Amino acid sequence: MLAMGVSLDARIAIEDLYATYVALLDARDYDPWIELFVEDCVYQVKARENEERGFPLAALAFESKGMLRDRIFGITNTLFHEPYYQRHLVTNFRIRVDERAGYRVDANYLVCRTKAGELTEVYNTGRFRDRVVELDGAFFFAEKRAIYDSELIPNSLIYPI
Amino acid sequence: MQLADRLDIDWDPGNISRVPYRIYTDAALYARELERIFYHGHWCYVGLAAEIPNPGDFKRSAIGERQVIMVRDRHGKINVVENRCAHRGVQFCQATHGNAKTLVCPYHQWSYDLTGKLIGVPFRNGFKQNGRVNGGMPDGFELADNNLVQLQVAVEHGVVFASFDPGIVPLREYMGPAIGQYFDRIFKDRELTVLGYSRQRIPGNWKLMQENIKDPYHPGLLHTWFVQFGLWRADQQSTMVVDERGRHAVMVGKKNDGGGGAAAEATTSFKESMKLHDDRVLDVVVEPWWNGPTVTMVTIFPSVVIQQQVNSLSTRHIIPRGVDTFDFVWTHFGFTDDTPEMTRRRLRQANLFGPAGYVSADDGEVIEFSQRGYAQDDAHATVCEMDGTGFGGTDHNVTETLIRSMYAYYRDVMDV
Repeated sequence: MLAMGVSLDARIAIEDLYATYVALLDARDYDPWIELFVEDCVYQVKARENEERGFPLAALAFESKGMLRDRIFGITNTLFHEPYYQRHLVTNFRIRVDERAGYRVDANYLVCRTKAGELTEVYNTGRFRDRVVELDGAFFFAEKRAIYDSELIPNSLIYPI
Repeated sequence: MQLADRLDIDWDPGNISRVPYRIYTDAALYARELERIFYHGHWCYVGLAAEIPNPGDFKRSAIGERQVIMVRDRHGKINVVENRCAHRGVQFCQATHGNAKTLVCPYHQWSYDLTGKLIGVPFRNGFKQNGRVNGGMPDGFELADNNLVQLQVAVEHGVVFASFDPGIVPLREYMGPAIGQYFDRIFKDRELTVLGYSRQRIPGNWKLMQENIKDPYHPGLLHTWFVQFGLWRADQQSTMVVDERGRHAVMVGKKNDGGGGAAAEATTSFKESMKLHDDRVLDVVVEPWWNGPTVTMVTIFPSVVIQQQVNSLSTRHIIPRGVDTFDFVWTHFGFTDDTPEMTRRRLRQANLFGPAGYVSADDGEVIEFSQRGYAQDDAHATVCEMDGTGFGGTDHNVTETLIRSMYAYYRDVMDV
């Protein structure tokens, strides 16, 4: 049974990719997290306002796995910040075959933040607008773009979404 | 001064190097700051002309805690009006931006032209029915007495400032020649193009952001990326510029090659082994207009920071939200004659700045931690004595003189 040309197997594999992505991020297990991307990946965390008005600026805008590695070094070794847990919830998958390559995957996300000794708060919410490709039977992110509704970032954004 | 106005701030007369924590925590003092600093005697940033290029274009902005609308009228002139209907006080504009022929309050459809002049009141002369006239405004009601609050406006090289104070001095005089020169360096004879916005809410007093960008002592210590790549550190050529009243400043610097050396090795932030996997984030190309400096951080008191750090340009708007919080709105821009490569470069370097940036995310964090320190026992004072206890400009960056300069001015204008 195909929904918009996407096989059930592909759908399961893609949802599994997201489950792995979230598990690694929430566990701060960044090295394997980076390996979920292709080499010349696009990674962005971008305000919905900029996306809808056609402005190119993103809060984070990376264009390679190298830049992702640098970001991980940056947050683990250089950026002074109050640590926090992240808890991602990703849902409402919409998967279509992309005309370029792979699959266009949109999904809503919500990230809760919990700082030591503090109440949990809704930190960032929006929609992933991603492209996933299949290479030798495994699935990877070619583009991961977190377009966030949250008008104001509560002070800082340190860890990847 | 009336007794009720007296503020309980313990601060030795003339002192500017020991700043009482209370000025970051006292609500009465904050109310006075809004009146004396944001609403009188000062020009405040509202936006860029490039955000509203066409007649009728508007953008909602803020001065202090008051919402304003920056709008271009049909003659191309930029006006700033308060977002508050003269009739019943409604904050009538609920769009963040858009295009309008008139400004209409939806509650009773009082309408204003794009200068804020009241032009229409429904049933002003009553409603005729069955041979009589119902309602209508009383004799003596004049449209001209009921305009929106129309602010003073100064558009300087495409940057829009406004003031609620009709007696405000001209903007150039307000800025002063020393600061104006660095303002011109970025904006004069250029057409700007907006690259986008970043918005963050920082749980700290608004003055802490002014201090942060008047503090050349911290970047080479807190910010690994600045030390490592020579963007800002103690051994670089730099100049601290301040206007004659002490309120505005520019931190001017020239990048060096970074790496080790005494300026780095004394700091814990320096990482000997740090090497970028993809250095396009720091693909710096010198632009002709720089004329030497690679960084100029301009603070125009009280409401805006203007950043040039290598190829990354932004305005950063400070919007206070109570004594212990402010919103910080970044507008990244480039120039209309930028090549696509230069635009991409500006966007890549933007990874250093904003709420997630390699060198700006932790500025917000330290401001939050400062505010918490003040709040937990506000009987103390900061020690703001690097490079002495006086004020004025200097020719190096191991100094807190710009912060002291601001407090010399602050004490004067605030009577504190």
